[in-house]
Amino acid sequence: MRKGIRNWGPPLLLISPTIVLVGIFVYVLIGVNISTAMTKDSALTASEFVGLQNFTDLLTEPRFLHSLANLGIFTVFFMVGTMLFGFIWAWMLDKGVTAEGAFRSIYLFPMAVSFVASGVVWRWLLSSAQGDRASGLNRLLQSIGLGSLQNDWYNAPYWGMAAMAMPAIWQLAGYVMALFLSGFRGIPEELREAARMDGASEWKLYRHVIFPQLSPVALSALVIVAHMSLKVFDLIMAVTGSVYITEVPATYMWVALTGAEYGKASAIATILLLLVCIFIVPYLIYTARAERKARR
Amino acid sequence: MRKALAAVAGLAVAGLALAGCAGSNDNGDKGDANDASQVEVFTWWASGSEKAGLDALVKVFDQQFPDTKFVNAAVAGGAGSNAKNALASRLKANNPPDSFQAHAGAELTDYIEAEKIEDLSDFYKENGLTDVFPSTLLDRLTVDGKIYSVPSNIHRANVTWVNTDLLTKAGIDPKVAPADLDAWLADMQKLKDNGVETPLSVATDWTQVQLFENVLLSVLGADGYQGLWDGTTKFDSTEVTTAIDYYSQLLSFANTDGTGQDWPVATDMVIDGTAAYNVMGDWALAEFDAKNMTYGKEFTTWPTPGTDGTFDFLADSFTLPVGAPHAAGAKNWLKTISSADGQKAFNLAKGSIPARTDADPADYPEYQQGAMASFAKDTVVSSLAHGAAVKVSWLNDITSAIGQFVSTKDAGTFQSALVDAQTKGLGQ
Repeated sequence: MRKGIRNWGPPLLLISPTIVLVGIFVYVLIGVNISTAMTKDSALTASEFVGLQNFTDLLTEPRFLHSLANLGIFTVFFMVGTMLFGFIWAWMLDKGVTAEGAFRSIYLFPMAVSFVASGVVWRWLLSSAQGDRASGLNRLLQSIGLGSLQNDWYNAPYWGMAAMAMPAIWQLAGYVMALFLSGFRGIPEELREAARMDGASEWKLYRHVIFPQLSPVALSALVIVAHMSLKVFDLIMAVTGSVYITEVPATYMWVALTGAEYGKASAIATILLLLVCIFIVPYLIYTARAERKARR
Repeated sequence: MRKALAAVAGLAVAGLALAGCAGSNDNGDKGDANDASQVEVFTWWASGSEKAGLDALVKVFDQQFPDTKFVNAAVAGGAGSNAKNALASRLKANNPPDSFQAHAGAELTDYIEAEKIEDLSDFYKENGLTDVFPSTLLDRLTVDGKIYSVPSNIHRANVTWVNTDLLTKAGIDPKVAPADLDAWLADMQKLKDNGVETPLSVATDWTQVQLFENVLLSVLGADGYQGLWDGTTKFDSTEVTTAIDYYSQLLSFANTDGTGQDWPVATDMVIDGTAAYNVMGDWALAEFDAKNMTYGKEFTTWPTPGTDGTFDFLADSFTLPVGAPHAAGAKNWLKTISSADGQKAFNLAKGSIPARTDADPADYPEYQQGAMASFAKDTVVSSLAHGAAVKVSWLNDITSAIGQFVSTKDAGTFQSALVDAQTKGLGQ
């Protein structure tokens, strides 16, 4: 027993500061947030318990549903876009190109730029002015003779959020590419050779050998991209600011907070947390199971 | 070795625990009403003409009260929204600054209801401010018979900025304002026929709120407009329907790419001649000055058609929080702000006009002279877009309703959203 303490005591002591800090600043604060979400904390006044009223109000409010719809459109385009481009680039690099290092850096580089910094540039690129006043992408389309493709970008009702996903895809497709590339590289050459020896066509090689090996990578990439997408805030604030047409729950939360509607803001924060949990929790369960299987 | 490691780890834990306790409890010295040794002033004036104005004001303050030390607690960014969040958390923790900036009027409602700021009615009487501030302004500042803030400057929100060149080319006299919205719309049609693609320029959501507020004021008149904010005018009235109709006609002459662009983008369109009109507060003057435009020659201004005779005001003002650590210092600060010298120094630097009616117009440039003359004689009403008319959450609701209207053009939904916002805002 004494020996036991000697073994696990010091490591526990060493990590206990982080346990305490994470406990307080993550989990206790999540609790405080949820309890604020249950109050009618409208301003600086003392709070009054209202139960789940903030949540029911929000879920019947057209404005909040609009922000959820925006988030849904954004997430779908963002996920499909990053996965598609990330995969294609990784596949092409895997096929073997000259100067692979240069391409890898070029595609990965956008990730080094923050959303806020690139958002300022994308605000200009996505300007919806057309004709004489066109700038950014619209001007580019005009000058290469594709003037008819000019459009309103994020100013378009309903599908505008698909345009808003463009900067996000530009930023993160390279990261997904890096994940896939490491997946491709993790597949031993012998496996491919064995398949080719067995007479598998190139398509069959991918279908039965490579894709199954890539699926854990794809899942991780999907989860990472999805939870980033659900929390999107800085990109939208940088490109448009908090305006109705591009409103997502995170920017709506910020608006409620500045309007001193703390109860409402906390309720939105709680809903966002739950949304992220929907993606993260199954993934955590999956990886935990996979690890247990691997240990056996 | 092990023991040493354990000891170090133990110390680290203890140290962190102590660090966690400290810091939260340093506001033990509660407000002393007679402490004038310093004054901590909280603003969002951290750059540009606003910073210049604050510096000029501090200079006057140092002359008038050399014994009170000025402590600048400015929080930069986001048109004050960062500062407002920082301030709210300080007030909630009962650690107020000695004085903080807020837009005068209804934006203070939350602070008043929470009893976070002091009634300054006696301060007004002691310093004779009730005589030098116009009574229409005092009416706008008074809540249940009490005044809670001291304005440092006045801005006007119902100003239309006009590119004279474009109007002259289209055969319209730029010096004469259209009599009403119908005449204005007719002029816009004329401009469009003469090849001006965007007669009116707009920018992001709040500038569209300001345009809508101008239309409401034009259609409802001063009393009807003012009634919207205390509930005597209902948002489901036919006048509001008419206003929404005018608003959507105006938008049909405006650029559609405004969302997400800040106000200078729209103002620049008037400056470089792509748009003929822009409705913006009088801080736009600095933008015209910066581009070397001459007032009365290359550009001119008039009150938005139909709002002549009313002055749609917003003002920055300062307060005395409950439990301010240096209340006497704060009162010295408020005295400087309200003094003739303080107002002159500040407003000359910031480009706004003084709230006092006894200021000498000769000290100010041409545009400000005109604004001062109107402020002295016009009916003063509160600006919606800038926190004077309603509290912040109500304004947020209206802003979002307008954002929705601009993208969907659904007048019915817009009006019912406005009705809901009024019901919620009045707490009914």
